[in-house]
Amino acid sequence: MIFRRDTWTEILSSVTKNKARTTITVIGVLWGIFIYITLSGAAKGLDNGFERQFERVAMNSMFVWTQQTSVPYKGFKTGRFIQLKLNDVRTLKTKIPEVQHIAPRNAKGVFGGDAPTITRDLKHGKYNVYGDFPVVVKIATKDIYDGGRFLNEEDIKHNRKVCVIGERTQRELFNEDENPIGHFIKIDNSYFQVIGIHKFVQGGGFEDDGDIYIPFTTFRKLYNTGENVGWLAIAAYNDADVIEVEKKVKKVLKDIHSVAPEDERAIGSFNLGEIFNKVQGFSKGLTFLSLVVGIATIFAGVIGIGNILLISVKERTRELGVRRALGATPNEVKGQIILESVFLTLVSGILGIILGALVLAGINAATQDVTDFPYTNPTVPIPYIIGALLIMIILGTLIGLIPAQRAVSIKPIDALREE
Amino acid sequence: MIVIKDLHKSYKMGSNVLHVLKGINFNVEEGEMVAIMGSSGSGKSTLLNIVGMLDLLDTGSYTLDGVPIVNLNETKAAKYRNKFLGFIFQSFNLINYKTALENVALPLYYQRVPKKERDEKAMQYLTKVGLANWATHLPSELSGGQKQRVAIARALAAQPKVLLADEPTGALDSTTSYEVMQLLQEINDEGKTLLVVTHEEDIAKMCKRIVQLKDGVIIEDKKVNQVRASEYV
Repeated sequence: MIFRRDTWTEILSSVTKNKARTTITVIGVLWGIFIYITLSGAAKGLDNGFERQFERVAMNSMFVWTQQTSVPYKGFKTGRFIQLKLNDVRTLKTKIPEVQHIAPRNAKGVFGGDAPTITRDLKHGKYNVYGDFPVVVKIATKDIYDGGRFLNEEDIKHNRKVCVIGERTQRELFNEDENPIGHFIKIDNSYFQVIGIHKFVQGGGFEDDGDIYIPFTTFRKLYNTGENVGWLAIAAYNDADVIEVEKKVKKVLKDIHSVAPEDERAIGSFNLGEIFNKVQGFSKGLTFLSLVVGIATIFAGVIGIGNILLISVKERTRELGVRRALGATPNEVKGQIILESVFLTLVSGILGIILGALVLAGINAATQDVTDFPYTNPTVPIPYIIGALLIMIILGTLIGLIPAQRAVSIKPIDALREE
Repeated sequence: MIVIKDLHKSYKMGSNVLHVLKGINFNVEEGEMVAIMGSSGSGKSTLLNIVGMLDLLDTGSYTLDGVPIVNLNETKAAKYRNKFLGFIFQSFNLINYKTALENVALPLYYQRVPKKERDEKAMQYLTKVGLANWATHLPSELSGGQKQRVAIARALAAQPKVLLADEPTGALDSTTSYEVMQLLQEINDEGKTLLVVTHEEDIAKMCKRIVQLKDGVIIEDKKVNQVRASEYV
């Protein structure tokens, strides 16, 4: 019956005979599926957005720094300041196999302290200066504009006076048509050759578009920091449990620096992986919520269809009686009503999907250039759409059963008498 | 063609039982045109409904074209109706959102006749009732007489054994009534068996046989000289 063209012609002619009512019914389900599509698309967009925010940074990375002790231990008083040393890096790497990269970092300007004055010709400004190892880009990616490069091992080995500057530094210290690569800038009292310009990426934490990176070894000489390390950026292997690694790192550092194991304040840390998991959980929750809300709205819409069909069956009692007098079997009548229900559900569903897709495309176009709002490429996975369509077919059939049963529960003779 | 023996039918109305048909014995031969007359409440419509398989008999037997009509469920009744019977109603009962042609083709649709063949046949019957030019019109665009003629075409479309007409002229003025009766007589002339329920004397006289019902029994069953409707038109 479903595959006869005639069946569909019949259904089409009966659903189009009361256009206003059909339209309103269709809007009910259309609205449901529209909400479903836009909500889950938006949730996905948010999810993608978060992912983009984090894609610059290894998702299982953390930062570890030191503070003052709060518990007396091994004869040390409280309030002792702990200093991370370069040697700690080696110890950590050997003791914790889950650690993939460790980048010891020093900085001037961030976390208190004056930013160094950077001079070039007559222009000058204050910018944060970081002493870095090349491995830092394995933890937090740095995009370098064409023609330049980031720091490398040779720079470290020879204590080269080279630097990577930020977009803003370039804008503020150099002329617009000037390529800074190869030129020299003065950091405090030493001249550094510019070897690269890094592209600023939103969401990089405390770093900004004016930051200047110089080799760790050069930094050490310049500011006389010796073996001292400001903080550690650590990336664990992808399959490692970051929270566990964080605990281990802290334990090893406490060991090295004779800090009481129960001292919670001596060593500070910021676990990106943990934050990322939370954010991911949030967007998962959002997706789930949109799924529930969307399906509930579809439900409401389909129930609306059932309602309207009930009224329609009541109105068409006489017509259905005539059809049965002319030889329509109860099953044919039932089938027709159910198919009408499914047809209405599907048509409105497909319209809703199209409308939802258009709105998502519109939102996507509108947020294309917005970088500070985590929203990228809102899409609805195909299985969700197919799932929604299946749900609609099933619900449409089930809800259609009620008016269909009602249509055949009246004897044709009574139906014909109906005025 | 129709053989009815000792037919009883009663309805329950709350606590009362209404005995509508009290032992009807009634035969119709092929090619007959029978008027069933009686005042309202005489049981004539109930008889027609049972003959039309729209209603079930309580006791007795009913044979249509040699087929005993027993154990009717709705599906079986629908099939029989479609195959054996054509209905003509007082209020036409055309489907208002379908054109004249589609209405006529509807019984063929339930016979699973392909669309093209269906439309051809329907057109053929519409031509027969003189409404070929109105094929694409909706019932609301037709006059009462035209509607009844479409209904007659529809009743004929499935090539039934028997046409059942329930007050076919009840909603029409007398001129139109005679036109419709003329059409029914022509159909009967071609050999189709017709059963016409009416309470109008002049309509009944246009049939070949009049059966009088009163209080659920046949009080008179006589052959009459048919008055040709064409005399009035």
